[in-house]
Amino acid sequence: MAIIEIEGLAKSYRVYQKKEGLAASLKGLFRRKYREVQAVRGIDLQVEPGEFVAFLGPNGAGKTTTLKLLSGVINPTSGKATVMGHVPWKRENSYRRRFALVMGQKNQLWWDLPAQESFRLHQQIYQIPAAEFKQNFDELADLLEIRDLVQQPVRELSLGERMKMELIAALLHSPEVLFLDEPTIGLDVIAQHNIQQFLKYYQEQRGITILLTSHYMKDIAALCRRVVIIAQGELKYDGSLTGIIDRFSEHKLVTLQFANEQPVNGLSRFGEVVSDEYPKVQLRIPRNQVAETLSAMLDVGAIDDIAVEDPPLEELIADFFSQVSNQSEATGQGADDSDRMS
Amino acid sequence: MYVRVVTWWTILRIGLEERLVYRADFALGTLMRFLPIITQIFLWAAVFETVGGNSVAGYSYENMVAYYLLTMMSRAFSSMPGLASGVATQIRNGEIKKFLIQPVDLIGFMLLNRVAHKLTYYMVAMLPFAGVFYLCRGFFVGGWPPAETLLIYITTLLLGFLLGFFLEMCIGLIGFWFLEVTSLLFVYMLLNFFLSGHMFPLDMLPDWAATIVELFPLKYLAYFPAAVFLGQLEHAEIIRGLWLEIGWLLTFMILSRLMYWYGVKQYSAYGG
Repeated sequence: MAIIEIEGLAKSYRVYQKKEGLAASLKGLFRRKYREVQAVRGIDLQVEPGEFVAFLGPNGAGKTTTLKLLSGVINPTSGKATVMGHVPWKRENSYRRRFALVMGQKNQLWWDLPAQESFRLHQQIYQIPAAEFKQNFDELADLLEIRDLVQQPVRELSLGERMKMELIAALLHSPEVLFLDEPTIGLDVIAQHNIQQFLKYYQEQRGITILLTSHYMKDIAALCRRVVIIAQGELKYDGSLTGIIDRFSEHKLVTLQFANEQPVNGLSRFGEVVSDEYPKVQLRIPRNQVAETLSAMLDVGAIDDIAVEDPPLEELIADFFSQVSNQSEATGQGADDSDRMS
Repeated sequence: MYVRVVTWWTILRIGLEERLVYRADFALGTLMRFLPIITQIFLWAAVFETVGGNSVAGYSYENMVAYYLLTMMSRAFSSMPGLASGVATQIRNGEIKKFLIQPVDLIGFMLLNRVAHKLTYYMVAMLPFAGVFYLCRGFFVGGWPPAETLLIYITTLLLGFLLGFFLEMCIGLIGFWFLEVTSLLFVYMLLNFFLSGHMFPLDMLPDWAATIVELFPLKYLAYFPAAVFLGQLEHAEIIRGLWLEIGWLLTFMILSRLMYWYGVKQYSAYGG
């Protein structure tokens, strides 16, 4: 049975439209124009217990709005959703004790106090028995290696350390469902890696269900087997990460290593030349022509090595996102996101 | 129940610790509050000298200064620096989400936090307060009031704290509908200054103004406790005042609940 069930979930906001200039501002005092912005337009999704699902999408796609709907911060305009059998926006305490939301851009800890104090407060708010609290805290503190930092005021911690503290605060009550909104935003590569490793380990150990949004493909490649692409408030893809390549890539990248630095003419008849830094040349070749093109290429000249690869995932997704946004400009639809809202 | 008490204590303790982080600022702020006393003492001395009589509207000079010192005491309980603006800011920058996601109640949490603020304030201000009252003991010509009056006085101080809290909470919660409450708060402060009796004893007012003041809850924030202490009120007036104050308190408690409920409803419908 699915732990998260979403059916036709939609959310639209009313946004105040203000024109530029003082005159328009004065006019706005009396009469305001609002525009209806559809942040999420009918999403259907089922998540099974223990899944680690990534939400991918350009800024303003509706990812954060979806997470907010599922954590009960906002009510939907239409549609249904249940998480562990609870309707999130009823905000029952019985639900609120069973999930957690971590936002990479928001701070939930007490800024001026050591993180330890925020943890103690969470212990009380979530009514965590002392033994369980200690066990959970010890485990998390060891995994994230922050034991000697919990006595330091949060404001004195680095961004990476703070994120670790946020994660601990969110996990102390052993939530069964965890929503992560860009947990690695702004972190350096090492800190990102640490957080990834931690999330991977913790999720496998506990078998909890996690929904994650991130702009870092590395996060997603490291953590999630299932990827959901949301753009313009709609679900555009739901499947594995490698499936994205099959679905969105019509080309392969072929790299030729020539024996010498002598330029070779006529390569462009095989496909688009992406780069030519002799002796290395890279070509983009339609997927269905790879085999025949390769055999034809062997006759061109002295080739030392050939490599055939899929294009980088980042590139594919960036292409896809820009396609979507071009379409939306063409049809005049505005997507919105909740990144603008805090 | 036990669990709740521990929760309350934890919130309280963390609030206390937070207040004590900025010790210097806190101590200075506390001390600066005593400065106006000196100006008030001189001001009223000048007024009485100019008028030339022994009393102004039934108050002697000594009484007047004693009254002023007592309103300071009232306000040490009823004033809520930063509460309304803090709540409005939390709504605006989205921190309020915390209270939607976590199983904790905003109003209860803020109340405990405020109790913590007050306790730290008393801890720091107790000595200076005692010092000032000791130095000014000559102004209290009636000496200590009887025990029963003292008991009622303490009750009015505590009720004043609660009334002040829920009143400002309601103003802060207006932030759900108007993102900025600063100007509103300014109007409130102004009204508070005049209608609470912080500026002058309210029984000095002409009848028509006294009626207006009677209709407002603000007099319980400064005037009422001071008048009780000084024995300015008849027994029946005190009892009536206490009931009215409790009535106001309940009104604002219920109002703040309703505002929070509707506010969250609207927040989750439009903003979030």
